[in-house]
Amino acid sequence: MSRTRRCRMDRLARWAMGGALGILGIAFAGLLLSVVMRGLPHLRPSMLLADGQGGGIAHALVGSLCLGAGASVLALLLALPAAVALQRAYAPPRIAEAAALVLDLLWGTPSIVYGAFAFLLMVWMGVRTSLLAGILTLALVMVPVMTRAMTEAFRSLPPELWEQATALGATRGEITLKVALRQALPGLVTAFLLAFGRGIGDAASILFTAGYTDRLPGSLMDPVASLPLEVFYQLATPDPTVQSRAHAAALLLLILVLGVTLISRALARRASRHRL
Amino acid sequence: MTHIHIKNLHVAYGSHTVIEGLDLEIPDGGIVAILGPSGCGKTTLLKSLNRLLDLHEDVTVRGSVLIDGEDIYAPGSDLLALRKKVGFVAQRPFPLPMSIHDNVAFGARLHELPTVADRAATSGTVERHLRRAGLWEEVKHRLDAPAKGLSIGQQQRLSLARALAVEPEVILADEPTSALDPLSVRIVEAQFRALRQDYTVLLVTHILRQARRLADYVIFLYDGHLVEHGPAETFFNAPVDPRTQAYLHGEIS
Amino acid sequence: MRVDRRWGDAAVTVLARGALFLVFGLALVLGLTLLLRACPMLGSLERSTLLGSAWAPAQGSFGLRTFLAGSLAVTVLALGLSVPLCLLSALYLSEHASRRLRERVQPVLDVAAGVPSVVFGLFGVMFVVPGVAALGRLLGVPTTGYSLLAGGLVLALMAAPFTLSVALDVLLAVPMGLRETALAMGATRWETAWHVVLREARGGLLVAVVMGFARAFGETLAVMMVVGNVAVLPTSLFGPAYPLSALLANTYGEMMSIPRMEGALMSAALLLFLATGAVSCAATLVLRRMRRLG
Ligand SMILES: Nc1ncnc2c1ncn2[C@@H]1O[C@H](COP(=O)(O)OP(=O)(O)OP(=O)(O)O)[C@@H](O)[C@H]1O
Ligand SMILES: [Mg+2]
Repeated sequence: MSRTRRCRMDRLARWAMGGALGILGIAFAGLLLSVVMRGLPHLRPSMLLADGQGGGIAHALVGSLCLGAGASVLALLLALPAAVALQRAYAPPRIAEAAALVLDLLWGTPSIVYGAFAFLLMVWMGVRTSLLAGILTLALVMVPVMTRAMTEAFRSLPPELWEQATALGATRGEITLKVALRQALPGLVTAFLLAFGRGIGDAASILFTAGYTDRLPGSLMDPVASLPLEVFYQLATPDPTVQSRAHAAALLLLILVLGVTLISRALARRASRHRL
Repeated sequence: MTHIHIKNLHVAYGSHTVIEGLDLEIPDGGIVAILGPSGCGKTTLLKSLNRLLDLHEDVTVRGSVLIDGEDIYAPGSDLLALRKKVGFVAQRPFPLPMSIHDNVAFGARLHELPTVADRAATSGTVERHLRRAGLWEEVKHRLDAPAKGLSIGQQQRLSLARALAVEPEVILADEPTSALDPLSVRIVEAQFRALRQDYTVLLVTHILRQARRLADYVIFLYDGHLVEHGPAETFFNAPVDPRTQAYLHGEIS
Repeated sequence: MRVDRRWGDAAVTVLARGALFLVFGLALVLGLTLLLRACPMLGSLERSTLLGSAWAPAQGSFGLRTFLAGSLAVTVLALGLSVPLCLLSALYLSEHASRRLRERVQPVLDVAAGVPSVVFGLFGVMFVVPGVAALGRLLGVPTTGYSLLAGGLVLALMAAPFTLSVALDVLLAVPMGLRETALAMGATRWETAWHVVLREARGGLLVAVVMGFARAFGETLAVMMVVGNVAVLPTSLFGPAYPLSALLANTYGEMMSIPRMEGALMSAALLLFLATGAVSCAATLVLRRMRRLG
């Protein structure tokens, strides 16, 4: 009879666990669905093609793409060589562990802190909010994300690769450039896209630095709009036509980020299948 | 005494058939040695007898296993009772994440056995089973230490002790002495000899000499098929199948 | 030719090491800058300054206690809501779900973890805030809906994919043989999960929770859009709160115009940096130690 009690407890627990998963699933489905339902009616060509003065969100879309692309390219310049330096052939385990810790520290640092830091530097140098400042700040946010993921990509290469290439008489630099980079390429692309996706959705870091405008970005020195901040600012206005821009921007942002995530996952899966 | 009857058993991992059409009536009582080359399905056979295969999700089991006349694969059969009755000592010891003492008491506590009704009874029970597994002397001063700290050989004896503490009627032992030093092997073998009076013990082993020393009955598997089985005397002295003969001469391992 | 190759090799090494040192340097400069800028305030730790509860920049009192309490309250509430759900869900996926379901859920978790915080904020403003307001009316508590509870709910939802996916990884790393051992003794699935799997995984799960804490603590936009941002000590679920991150985001514009404001805000940033960074570092160290001990 105590056995029936134990079985009942088991079933109860199973229900609770499944229920918890169900609750989370429903909450997320609700979130996505509501963003889509609210945003879809407003996501018309007129919205996509006009800038803020024309009642659209083109300025935010272009701004976000400029910010994201600029920052991720900039971050790549730092993250890729840093990840190379963290390969086993370059870094003794001690250094690699210390570096991993520093990367964790940076990775865990909230983006608002990067924003505050960058704002401080801007004030110090007398620079106004601008596309350039936004790109630089966003790059700071991206560097730890990208470096960590790229380090993983290099680490997942088989160690025999190095052994064999070394046996053939190649130098470390040659192996890195001609073998490791090529073999790890899918992982590296995934890392790049991951950081891009993270950066394009980030708002707290560019809040102080990129500024906000109604127009398309003209030059690197002008303030620039972005999708997350478009959502943030336009939602706060009482005017429903302006609010619709927030909903459209949110949906667009969601599509962009999810698209990037899905692409990078597909790439990673294709790559792992090839390696098998 | 518990009676095990296997009827037309098929086991496959995905599309890979590991046991094919196995029919076997296991004699009650005594030690039944299961021999066979590596990968022939010995562990799989053992795990099919307490339905531990259920855990792997791409496993298909066909046929039936009757334990005391009841098909354990029939829908609605009582898994907990089955596993209480059929004890299992795995090929590799996995110490549960708790103290040595609690490792031994764990199963008995789940089943609320009278042997663990209170603290005094529990420590008596734990001592008795640790002694039976030949581990008591080594651990009696650190019963509250985590079981992970034991050596592999000690862990293997611990897993025998904790299986015994559940008070099963059948014991499935998968190479229970594979990581032990000669002295511990002797202790554990003596224990199995003592168990043969009251239990049916199915013992998978790679060591022919151990099978000769212990077995009352021998089952020889080859590539998922039951090749030969019979009383130990006959099996070792007059094997019929050429594959058995080759195996006994050490030509296949 | 030979010399050429050696130079190429050296160039790659120098470039790579240089970049790595830049990353190290970035961490150092970031920490030092915040510290230096916060110094004027840190030097004056009297009551009514940094640790006081009075926030009146015009009068020169910059108490951060309210905001620290706001951050802690929102984060703890969020974790209290999401951690049990995440653990139960992760257990369901690791102990009961078929591999197919698991393989379907994992990419969904990745995707969900990438949803930008402003989207959570939007959802919060549209649904959570009105929901909390309605709940308040139902219970007879006066509230605008912009409240600690709304912040906690939004943040809980936001932290869930990350916590769940780390917890799932930890649970899946528990060896199958351990489960087999317990089940073979006649334990039910739940008893196996509770007494064996959770216990084996507790260190890793703690790390998952701690990392979730670090991320939630520094979260800015989603929280600040729904939490009310009134500088009072949070006392009720239905009352407003004002976390550190929101303080930074809302007042950076005044940083230069009010004397000593900069130091106060940089102290807030430093607090966030230390709390989140130190916590994630500690979590990694613990995780690494555990891996090494096996
Ligand atoms: N979980 C599994 N999934 C797929 N195939 C498996 C699984 N477990 C075992 N097998 C396969 O089933 C066959 C039999 O395995 P089993 O473990 O029963 O062999 P064994 O006789 O116990 O070998 P050994 O003496 O080495 O322990 C092997 O070919 C093995 O590769
Ligand atoms: Mg085996």
